[in-house]
Amino acid sequence: MASVCFYFQVHQPYRLRRYTIFDSNAEYFDEARNAEICHKVAQKCYLPANRLLLRLIEEHGGRFRVAFSITGVVLEQFRNYAPDVLATFQDLAETGCVEFLAETYYHSLSFLFARDEFVEQVRMHQQLMQELFGQTPCVFRNTELIYNNDLAQEIERIGGFKAILTEGADHILGYRSPNYVYRPLNTQGLKLLLKNFRLSDDIAFRFSNQHWSEWPLRPGKFGQWINAINGNGYVANLFIDYETFGEHQWEDTGIFEFLRELPGEILRNPDNDFKTPSEVVNSYEAVGSIDVPELISWADTERDLSAWLGNAMQHNAITQLYKLGDIVRRANDPALLQAWRRLQTSDHFYYMCTKYFADGDVHKYFNPYASPYDSYINFMSVLDNLRSRCGRSGPASTPSQKIATVPEERTQGGRSETPAK
Amino acid sequence: MKIRTLMLGWEFPPFISGGLGTACFGLTRAMDRLGMPVTFVLPRARPFRLSAGVPVAAGSSENLAPPSLFQHIRIRPVAAEMRPYVDPSVSSPAGAATLSPDTSTPERRDESDELSGRDNYGSNIYQEVERFAEKVIAVAESEEFELIHAHDWMTFPAGVALAAHSGKPLVIQVHSTEFDRSGEHVNQYVYDIERHAMHAAAKIIAVSNYTRNIILGRYGVAPEKVEVVYNGVEPSQPHETFVRHTWPMQTDKIVLFLGRITMQKGPEYFLQAARKVLDKMENVKFVMAGDGDMLYRMIELAAELDIGHQVLFTRFLRGDDVDKAYQMADLYVMPSVSEPFGIAPLEALRNNVPVLISKQSGIAETFRNALKVDFWDINEMANKMIAVLRHPPLQELLRAEGHKEAFKFRWEDSAACMNEIYHKTLGLA
Repeated sequence: MASVCFYFQVHQPYRLRRYTIFDSNAEYFDEARNAEICHKVAQKCYLPANRLLLRLIEEHGGRFRVAFSITGVVLEQFRNYAPDVLATFQDLAETGCVEFLAETYYHSLSFLFARDEFVEQVRMHQQLMQELFGQTPCVFRNTELIYNNDLAQEIERIGGFKAILTEGADHILGYRSPNYVYRPLNTQGLKLLLKNFRLSDDIAFRFSNQHWSEWPLRPGKFGQWINAINGNGYVANLFIDYETFGEHQWEDTGIFEFLRELPGEILRNPDNDFKTPSEVVNSYEAVGSIDVPELISWADTERDLSAWLGNAMQHNAITQLYKLGDIVRRANDPALLQAWRRLQTSDHFYYMCTKYFADGDVHKYFNPYASPYDSYINFMSVLDNLRSRCGRSGPASTPSQKIATVPEERTQGGRSETPAK
Repeated sequence: MKIRTLMLGWEFPPFISGGLGTACFGLTRAMDRLGMPVTFVLPRARPFRLSAGVPVAAGSSENLAPPSLFQHIRIRPVAAEMRPYVDPSVSSPAGAATLSPDTSTPERRDESDELSGRDNYGSNIYQEVERFAEKVIAVAESEEFELIHAHDWMTFPAGVALAAHSGKPLVIQVHSTEFDRSGEHVNQYVYDIERHAMHAAAKIIAVSNYTRNIILGRYGVAPEKVEVVYNGVEPSQPHETFVRHTWPMQTDKIVLFLGRITMQKGPEYFLQAARKVLDKMENVKFVMAGDGDMLYRMIELAAELDIGHQVLFTRFLRGDDVDKAYQMADLYVMPSVSEPFGIAPLEALRNNVPVLISKQSGIAETFRNALKVDFWDINEMANKMIAVLRHPPLQELLRAEGHKEAFKFRWEDSAACMNEIYHKTLGLA
């Protein structure tokens, strides 16, 4: 038996607007630009891909099944800027063939910096899934598939989860295959599903690469690679960004035709099927436990955290951000809390990455800033303002920070933004 | 085959007042290392000595290059009084060809002169340019060469005349155009010289795409004729010996402007940004190192902005003082209105100083680990200055990554490109 387990990641950050030390209003996010990108990606990817999946599920009588992890911040944006996208996701939920996974609402790195905040964001996201899709997720994936032993234990402590997804990095697997189900080290009831990064990246990254020896990739060929798993594993975990369809791989590469024909091709072999992550967990026993003492992720060639925490600017920005946690909460202002949380989205730190030369192409493609330095300066200016607002509106005024040589803003900065829900 | 080049320049160490001399020296030294034979014809007003200590009379035609310095380069001085840049304090610049700090009493230039003529060149410079051309032809009689290479407009007439006289192809290298130096108020005489030479030359070398675009757009030159060769930076690490003494205070942050204080370099934007920085931060000092025709106006502007006590004018610096100025700085700013290349930021980075450069520069089009800003956007300039001064991780990363990147600009690479272009020009490629 070879099961294909598709999980698609759906995410868009709240990009910051251009903000300098001389700015003093509370509008941190570039509403116009975020709306524009949301519309663009909706037209190129989310809407056509969702409609295609709906058709495929119908055509195959429920034998085609997929999973999504959709961040809270992108769902907020769908609600505000592209309600038709949200509606098609809800249609997908109603088919009964789509599973929604849990993650941090803000697509944050809070697991690394603020455990309470992390737990809260996971709960917020679960509630949102229940509210929008009528499901309470029982499989967890952390931001960018960041994972270590500690994360598994934390997830087990939170409770209600059957499994975690992460990267099937060579250095954690050794000779073992990602096509089996494993157990995280020192946990009782959790299972671990590992991304088959070769097959996943064949679709996500190499699909349109004409220098790739397997180009052009047709469903028939991919189906043979899946068939080859029979006897050597249970499952091919294909974990990819949903934006692969139509946004990273443009429509004219044939990516939609590939997706349209793939389920039929896979299901032609009676030994194959499609399963969602929780179905995989229910069907297969763990074959062993995996020890991951160091943090891993699905990013870049290193599969580590260097895309977000690889240089001193990134460390500085993120530690300064989380240091504000206490005064933000004490300020007891929903607008401040929301702004602070939106700043936690990992993309903000990804933009500050200075690893240009090997992985740089991907980074530049997704970066709204001309340079990582510009993105850091912008972020720190916003953070300054947020800090000054906390000082003002908080019940117990905090002592002025050493760094805050900035004089009091002239305009009132406490205007509240529209709350998330 | 080795192509023998007759090179026409106007600045060479130790006589340096700006980037042109640095560039000519760096380039020829690298050409020497690559074994490219060059005879460098240099206008000189009075006797001078090269580093090996051989005194040389102006106008002497003997081979000047001491063996220790150059293997394949010969320098031939020609008596002439051309200077690329004008000192603010000298009213008759062409009369004093020395490039050392002037001992004459500083003297305001006539206001009407500044407004009307914008004449950066001094009264009899045109005559000197013509005379140099005649002398070059005479000197060339005793030289054997396949190709002529002329640097910037003052040597262009000589290059064009010599090309016509000798039948050898002319390559001109444009380190700056009249539009960089004078904005829209171009000196028609200089523009005509540049244009004529660009059309007469077999090849044009621009120091950046930024300059190439000006050559194509403003001088009507065919694109295939213009190649880009970037400048380099000297590989040696400067000595870090400097200890900051009394003023500015050890606790002060220092932002440095180092360059000629002229319209082209954007000094007023630097001061206006400084004003904005000081609105937000104390303990910052702004150092303006350099001379130029806007010096006194800038001293006045600093006073008008009420930041006179926070701005230090050092006048023209040379030698070790330049490295010292860099080494005391927390940030180097190049706010140029129009900068064909911009070697100074690379030198700052060699001295481990992070840099903020204007987007209106050649270096900005190719250098990554620098902060960049439109020269007119003083708000953003101040914003970025503050960010560097306030956030050590930013300063540190710009310093470390920029330092590494600066050394990728190698004069050997420039010289190798030059060699290729020479071969192409002679149809040998």
